[in-house]
Amino acid sequence: MIHIGLGHFLFISSILFSLGIFGIVTRKNAVMVLMGIELMLNASNINFIAFAKYGNFGLQGQIMALFVIVLAAAEAAIALAIVLNIYKTFSTVNVDEIDKLKD
Amino acid sequence: MSIYDIIFYLFATITLVSAFFVVTIRNIVYSAFFLLFTFFGVAGIYVILGADFVAMVQLIVYVGGILILILFGVMLTNKITNVQIKSGTSQVIPAAIGVGLFAGILTAALINTPWRKIDTSPLLPTTQGLGLMLISEYGVVFELLGILLLIALIGAASLARK
Repeated sequence: MIHIGLGHFLFISSILFSLGIFGIVTRKNAVMVLMGIELMLNASNINFIAFAKYGNFGLQGQIMALFVIVLAAAEAAIALAIVLNIYKTFSTVNVDEIDKLKD
Repeated sequence: MSIYDIIFYLFATITLVSAFFVVTIRNIVYSAFFLLFTFFGVAGIYVILGADFVAMVQLIVYVGGILILILFGVMLTNKITNVQIKSGTSQVIPAAIGVGLFAGILTAALINTPWRKIDTSPLLPTTQGLGLMLISEYGVVFELLGILLLIALIGAASLARK
């Protein structure tokens, strides 16, 4: 049995990041795109904290993870407000039907 | 196999399986609830990595705040009475191929990289150190983030109110 090391955590975060990209690319609902973004931010946070532990960077990686969480909260609030406005204007939140600028 | 390894694999399985369901299940409300399990799993991974304060912040902010916001977004932008709560998908197969290639490249890169072997330091409480850093070394960033959150709050309220 291999001992748990840095590679295991990086593997989890890379798979989580790829799943987030998959969600963003394939889903039509704008709220689902937001969920994909949250998955990707969580993957980056795992990377920060894993490198902070295994790279002897002290607590700086954890500080960066805290900042990322704060930015994710701000981003979710703003993005959901925009999604609500889009729903009021177009009465749909499917991102491939909101193409009024093309006409 | 020590208890540490078992707990690690448990949280890793919870995280990855529920993240897979988040991006594949068609019902958005189920996706949001699977996102809850993903956030719990990630918080467990933070605890395994010795970041206790960040894990608690993850639980409070993500599970208590962002997930509730997302659920409100789902409920306000779908007609619940019309069972119109599914999310369509587009171009699943090309996306799966591309994302699979991307994940394969990342995994191959991290397997082939010679990481330094470091005997891990013992797990200590991090709250005091984080608090001291936030008011000394990162004080300016801390204040700027406070202003940013205030701006985001006012902006989101005024955007959604119209």
